[in-house]
Amino acid sequence: MTIPDTHVASRHNHPATTYRYDQFDHAFVRERVAEFREQVARRLSGALTEDEFRPFRLMNGLYLQLHAYMLRVAIPYGTLTADQMRRLAEIADRWDKGYGHFTTRQNLQYNWPKLIDTPDILEALADVEMHAIQTSGNCIRNVTADHFAGVAADEIEDPRPTAEFLRQWSSAHPEFSFLPRKFKIAITGATLDRAAILAHDIGLRLVKNDTGDIGYCVTVGGGLGRSPFIGKVICEYVPRASLLAYLEAIMRVYNRYGRRDNKYKARIKILVHEKGIETIRAAVEKEFAAMDQTAFLQDPQEFDRVAASFAPPPYETLPAKSLQLAKDRQEIPAFDHFVSVNVSPHKTAGYAIVTVSLKPISGIPGDATSHQMRVLADASERFGFGELRVSHEQNIILPHVKQDDLFALWQMLDAADLATANAGLVSDIISCPGLDYCSLATARSIPIAQAISQRFSDMARQRRIGKLGIKISGCINACGHHHIGAIGVLGLEKKGQESYQITLGGDPGFSASIGEILGPGVSADQVPDVIEHLVDFYLAERHETEAFIDTWRRLGHARFKDVLRREGEDGADI
Amino acid sequence: MLKHPQILLASNLKDGEVMFLGATGWERDYRLARVAHTAQEAKALEEIGQKDYAANEVVDVYLTDVALTATGAPAPLHYREKMRIKGPSVRLDLGKQASGA
Amino acid sequence: MALISNGQFVSDSWRRLADEEALPQSGKIIVSQERLAHALAAHGAHSDIGVIIHNTTEIDTLAPVLPQLGLIAISFPAFADGRGFSLARLIRRAGFSGELRASGRLLADQYAHALGCGFDTVEIPDDIAQRQDESQWRAASKTHQRTYQRGYVSSGSILDARRKAAQ
Repeated sequence: MTIPDTHVASRHNHPATTYRYDQFDHAFVRERVAEFREQVARRLSGALTEDEFRPFRLMNGLYLQLHAYMLRVAIPYGTLTADQMRRLAEIADRWDKGYGHFTTRQNLQYNWPKLIDTPDILEALADVEMHAIQTSGNCIRNVTADHFAGVAADEIEDPRPTAEFLRQWSSAHPEFSFLPRKFKIAITGATLDRAAILAHDIGLRLVKNDTGDIGYCVTVGGGLGRSPFIGKVICEYVPRASLLAYLEAIMRVYNRYGRRDNKYKARIKILVHEKGIETIRAAVEKEFAAMDQTAFLQDPQEFDRVAASFAPPPYETLPAKSLQLAKDRQEIPAFDHFVSVNVSPHKTAGYAIVTVSLKPISGIPGDATSHQMRVLADASERFGFGELRVSHEQNIILPHVKQDDLFALWQMLDAADLATANAGLVSDIISCPGLDYCSLATARSIPIAQAISQRFSDMARQRRIGKLGIKISGCINACGHHHIGAIGVLGLEKKGQESYQITLGGDPGFSASIGEILGPGVSADQVPDVIEHLVDFYLAERHETEAFIDTWRRLGHARFKDVLRREGEDGADI
Repeated sequence: MLKHPQILLASNLKDGEVMFLGATGWERDYRLARVAHTAQEAKALEEIGQKDYAANEVVDVYLTDVALTATGAPAPLHYREKMRIKGPSVRLDLGKQASGA
Repeated sequence: MALISNGQFVSDSWRRLADEEALPQSGKIIVSQERLAHALAAHGAHSDIGVIIHNTTEIDTLAPVLPQLGLIAISFPAFADGRGFSLARLIRRAGFSGELRASGRLLADQYAHALGCGFDTVEIPDDIAQRQDESQWRAASKTHQRTYQRGYVSSGSILDARRKAAQ
């Protein structure tokens, strides 16, 4: 039942720029598919009850949602090849409804798979070195990474080889597959944190010590949801060779002492909060010292093998600035805007990083049709060595585009409605699926995103406003990361109606902060009005090119609350 | 005494679709749902639901409050179940609503 | 209760002793944690004393008596409560070489985890044994023969296999 292999062969024979499975990795995912096929059969026969089946279903990424099952496919450290993207499109067409949703953890969700088809879907994923392992459940989840990894100028080292080690180390871990709760790890190797590591159970930052050796600064206990916390440093510097052992020590302490009496108090952030970071650090250090570390010592050959697969592609030697690009920008204003908003500097001369927005005006944030996925796959091969990234902001990144090619790329994207020039702007909204899809949700989130996007549909106005991160969650679980949005929106239920609480001042980077509540919840209709009032106030008060978050920090939360109070006095029921 | 009439919902184990307990079994169309007007009737629905859960046909079985429309169809009262009988409000071409629900 | 060893249902050579029952003169008996000190004192250094412990037990309390125990059973209050897997690792690390048994409502799907963490046997209630027959435990004993993780009991980690293949 697999899709013919003719689809799998790469059209352009690019060298691999990301990890490729060896025979053992292939055997591992195939075994996992066979295991799940058996588990489905045993579920249907009743050998496994639903309660027994559930953790294993979740460990293979399959949720039961509002209208159907939902399958969350892992995209390790957000990196995909063109062939993998094509396979995702094929799966969408064959077993789903022709589209997929890219998530805030760099994964892809299908909203309409059937349980009985899922083993075949997993088989089709295994064909292209993909899986849905541990994208749900009380286990270690997808390790996410900076979506500009390997190409950003501010990077000490590409975090993805480490992320690949962590992926393997955490897969089907015999000891840590039945944790108190889910466990999320993120890693960055850059000066700017584009991976929101401080909002993760374990955050890793690549650092250099005094002698220039690479190691990791490790934070623990970050997390959003019901009780948001910023991660705390547990160890400033863990040498490369000791990382897996140190993480194993953390996991053992969490597995043993994380709360199991209350689902909402079971994350490691609660353990850190209740016991204190000093106690947790002492417990981890004690475990670390007692372990047999020889089993974990980083094998240098293995590290080289893995790191080699992330080696930079064969870039051409180009001038730093493309004359062709300058010319194209002058001639076509729409293209010029796209470059100024969606294109970021590359560490290699003559290249650029392109953010492809999956947030068309009034569209569904993060969704892509199978046609769009194919266009992206083709674009990555024509213009980027066949590699793509998924950002936690629910956009697609083309990380290796020649500046000379930007115009041709833009035309290709534009034809597929993939050229919205709004990366990082007010309509580049991060939103969970919310009550339109998710059984955990308390309110809808997508229509709120659409309404805000529509209100700010004037692109010139968006550019004038500048960088402004709006993040929307349809429930307290905060999958839309609203706590770390400069403007956050949380959908709740109030007196049998959907009600939206707005927060300000969240920040996902190294200067992480959790948003503060603006006031009582407002109705869906009022949300775009409130956002517009806040934005207008910001525009009136900002100093030069100060970003929204900085104006908020400078003026203080109370000034922004006053804005709405004034509006309330004018008669609007806020 | 039931505060509101009720119907029984569940998810089809094999394909995950929302199902409603009807007169002779599980239906995909909410308009065919059997309505309980008394606590006894609701309990009877639940018992059938539990039996079918144990028989590995459906999962996530529960009662929900409805109001009866002019045509006698049971309209769920809570907005969550209003979503479930239709589909995503942002994709009217998908879900039960696409086939006229 | 049913006992699984090497992917098969086997008869149990150990007997669980109720707290109110007197200590027998001979035979392999498993006592509760609360009764252990007394049982060891009464039987001296015989290897036929086993204990069933809570999955929250601190290894330090058990370490002194490990050499005297022929069996340690770790209780799993729920199959999704994975604390027993870590405790098993710690007990093995402390040098225990007797039978390590996982006891509770575990599923065949967890057999590989149990074996990986150092358990020898798994003890399950009869209702689970009925639904999860021997063929399922046998099949499970053959899965995850290679783990990515190093230092776990298995026929070799994937890294070991890689090194071997590279030679």
